[in-house]
Amino acid sequence: MKPIEAINDFVVKVANVNGSGSASANQMFAKSILRMGVPATPRNIFPSNIQGLPTWYEIRVSEAGYRGARGGVDLMVQMNPQTWNQDVASIVPGGYLFYDNTRALPPGRLRDDITVIGVPLTQITNATYTLARERQLFKNIIYVGVLSALLDIEPAVVEQLLAEQFKGKDKLIAANVQAFQLGRHYALDHLQCPIGLRVRRSDKVGDAIFVEGNAAVGLGMVYGGATVCAWYPITPSTSVVEGFTKWASRYRVDAQTGEKTFATIQAEDELASIGMVIGAGWNGARAFTATSGPGISLMQEFIGLAYFAEIPAVLVDVQRAGPSTGMPTKTQQCDVLLCAYASHGDTKHVLLLPRDANECFEFGAASLDLADRLQTPIFLLTDLDIGMNERLVAPFAWDDSRKLDRGKVMTAEELEAGRDFGRYTDVDGDGIPYRTYPGTHPTRGSFFTRGTSRDRRAIYTEDGAAYQDNMERLLRKFETAKSYVPAPVQKNAATSTKLGAIYYGSTSDSMEEAADLLAAEGVEIDLLRVRAFPFNNTVDAFIEQHEQVFVVEQNRDAQLRTLLINEGDLNPRQLVRILHYDGTPITARQIAGQIRASLGLDKAAQKEAAE
Amino acid sequence: MTYLPKPKLHHPELPKNDLGYTRRDYEGSISTLCAGCGHDSISAAIIHACYELSLPPHRIAKLSGIGCSSKTPTYFLGASHGFNSVHGRMPSVLTGAAAANRDLIYLGVSGDGDSASIGLGQFAHAMRRGVNMTYIVENNGVYGLTKGQFSATADRGAKNKKGATNQDAPIDLISMAMLMGASFVGRSFSGDKPQLVPLLKAALAHKGPAFIDVISPCVTFNNHEGSTKSYDYVREHNEAVNFLDVIMSRQEITVDYAPGTVEVVRQHDGSLIKLRKKADEYDVHDKIAAMEYVQKHQAHGEIVTGLLYVDTDSQDMHDHLGTCSTPLNALEGETLVPGSAALAKLNASLR
Repeated sequence: MKPIEAINDFVVKVANVNGSGSASANQMFAKSILRMGVPATPRNIFPSNIQGLPTWYEIRVSEAGYRGARGGVDLMVQMNPQTWNQDVASIVPGGYLFYDNTRALPPGRLRDDITVIGVPLTQITNATYTLARERQLFKNIIYVGVLSALLDIEPAVVEQLLAEQFKGKDKLIAANVQAFQLGRHYALDHLQCPIGLRVRRSDKVGDAIFVEGNAAVGLGMVYGGATVCAWYPITPSTSVVEGFTKWASRYRVDAQTGEKTFATIQAEDELASIGMVIGAGWNGARAFTATSGPGISLMQEFIGLAYFAEIPAVLVDVQRAGPSTGMPTKTQQCDVLLCAYASHGDTKHVLLLPRDANECFEFGAASLDLADRLQTPIFLLTDLDIGMNERLVAPFAWDDSRKLDRGKVMTAEELEAGRDFGRYTDVDGDGIPYRTYPGTHPTRGSFFTRGTSRDRRAIYTEDGAAYQDNMERLLRKFETAKSYVPAPVQKNAATSTKLGAIYYGSTSDSMEEAADLLAAEGVEIDLLRVRAFPFNNTVDAFIEQHEQVFVVEQNRDAQLRTLLINEGDLNPRQLVRILHYDGTPITARQIAGQIRASLGLDKAAQKEAAE
Repeated sequence: MTYLPKPKLHHPELPKNDLGYTRRDYEGSISTLCAGCGHDSISAAIIHACYELSLPPHRIAKLSGIGCSSKTPTYFLGASHGFNSVHGRMPSVLTGAAAANRDLIYLGVSGDGDSASIGLGQFAHAMRRGVNMTYIVENNGVYGLTKGQFSATADRGAKNKKGATNQDAPIDLISMAMLMGASFVGRSFSGDKPQLVPLLKAALAHKGPAFIDVISPCVTFNNHEGSTKSYDYVREHNEAVNFLDVIMSRQEITVDYAPGTVEVVRQHDGSLIKLRKKADEYDVHDKIAAMEYVQKHQAHGEIVTGLLYVDTDSQDMHDHLGTCSTPLNALEGETLVPGSAALAKLNASLR
């Protein structure tokens, strides 16, 4: 078997033990590739565990800029004996295995169709360091040194990254550079370097930034003017709040007095966190919570109250596999229906569906405007894949002339001037009434908020006509929402086609890559990336224009497809399910395979789809 | 309930408070509770206390959960914003509201089902979080709207209207509030307005979580023989440790008292609580002793009432959070949004 030869287009996967300090070494390895101008997309594959269980870090290097998971491993960096067999098996024929050969392996456990590279990492480390923690941490840096030689990564780039990471701690910089050079020189002296996989300096990174989706959501909340964040820790959303609090502590603390213009409150559970968000929203602050599916399940009653009583609230749902506890550290898009129709009774909610960290920032800030404008809960639906992985994305942008949209709030001056106030009166015909903040005016504008039926002036009533009148106005308001939410993004194929694909969120990279793969084979597909619910009217038009539309998503029950059919009165046969829900991100090859199979294009495609 | 609304016109000679408001300005709409309900007396006491303290009605936010007690905020302070939220979840909604605007006065109204059963967790956590509020439980030991089931505060051995006996241990909200960190704790009886009104006034002037448990008999489902929350039972077993007067800081303060029988407590806002002690050995500043006293008397079937505990050095949630003095809901984009220059620097750090 001829070893693979590839420049700037391959997959490296590092197998580690959770808690061994490998994360920062792996991140530095990924960044060293980016600093050479070559796009690289890492993914953490981690267990629900603090220490001891297997964890992997996979980096897709792609000069073409493909960010989706590819599938298969070209170079396996095997640092965890627990997962030896599965890791060796995951290497594609012609691929490479780099492992710690300090101890001899049992015979007959290596494949003969791969190139095996052994480095006595433990031996080198133990000979150099005496402290157990030093041995553990520097071993990681040593393998980065080996990798730099194997893949032809410029050492100066890594040394610069080490200098940045340990800025101000010169001793640590020197020690880490030494460990890095130790590994690098061992490889150069004992191994054939570079191997067939190489990183070659390029200029494809441009001004892109490298950031996690959750951190970007937190930053979006700071820029969107959130002042109250109430939350309960849950994987994979916790770092949203950590991000918000970190950025807010940087930008929202008075340098003189130390006073903060934000409050992060860790609640006792998700019921309390959404309750606090609703209390704060009712009282005129911009408030949000971040959670995952189990938290949304707990919040259902409150979500119905906020919908019916028309209180602004933002809920960030970083989706993970369900139902129940499901797979807490695996990704899915399985809360679409849960959020779209959350709570008992007739409800519909606005969903925002960002594709990456850049849109996490943008939609995060926009969600607070939308909540105030529409006076209703807004769901920002991301997932673990977007939220907990660093990605190369377009830089964040902000227009300084932009104002916070506080929506329809009647002021003390307007009340004083005699302007009529009825809390649930549709004065503008868009279904959105005016509200007042508590404490606005001594005698005018107060009202009683409740989850039970009331008339247009917020007076309690159990009259059926008043109830129905209100429910219909809420529908009008939902219709109005269509013109405020982010519009879908359409990308037509080079030639006219009767095939279309609808997708959203974290499957976007893989879908767009799949379209390229299929186009190369002569299968052209028009693309429509949905960015919000309620759906813009162009979504129905897109479906009508195509004979067959593939709906790509990461859940078992084709939830977005259900939502499209339900809301659009569409013919279900027109919409073909392209699904993947084992907790790993869908790949372009899987999408292309399923589409080929659905079109009956070839048998080989079916085999690939089953991978 | 009555079907006869009070006339809107005020008597011209109705007395006015410092703000020029009459008692009528603190009223709400007509109660829809049963005639003779203890809760209506509590509403009247709230009106009285707010009037006497000259609180601007619109600067009070009244929040409640679900149940008979939680309906009452409609029946007082009609010029205030009110929020009838979710069963057992008023504390979290109030916490969020208090976070959003530290300048309003927060009044949480709840019941024993709302706070001791479904909402026990939120009740406890609002206390330990130090939310600046007055939290009233209108405690009748029974579910009214669903017609007479025992609540978690019903005493073991208490009989319901159908004769069934409660076998479960009761939850004592007073002891819980003290344990969980309430910095003002009192108990009273809806039928004892002279005790309840000053207690409410002191609580409203208090900074931090002020909790008042008000025994409030349910005339329909829990006022019979064998009930430990009936008017007769509570009157017979009421053990008041003190009676109090509240003197606001803006009033001229002249304290006349006989040493040993009256204690003066100064609160954060400068208001004075004048305690006329009934139980000489009772120290309202000693939480551990207070808890022991309450428990000891409870074991003898006595209901200890009055101001039971106060911490005059209390802090509130905003002190803990370090938030700015301007209410968070009044901050504008200029203050909140870091802007494009900061973002450009941040982008640079992410490359």
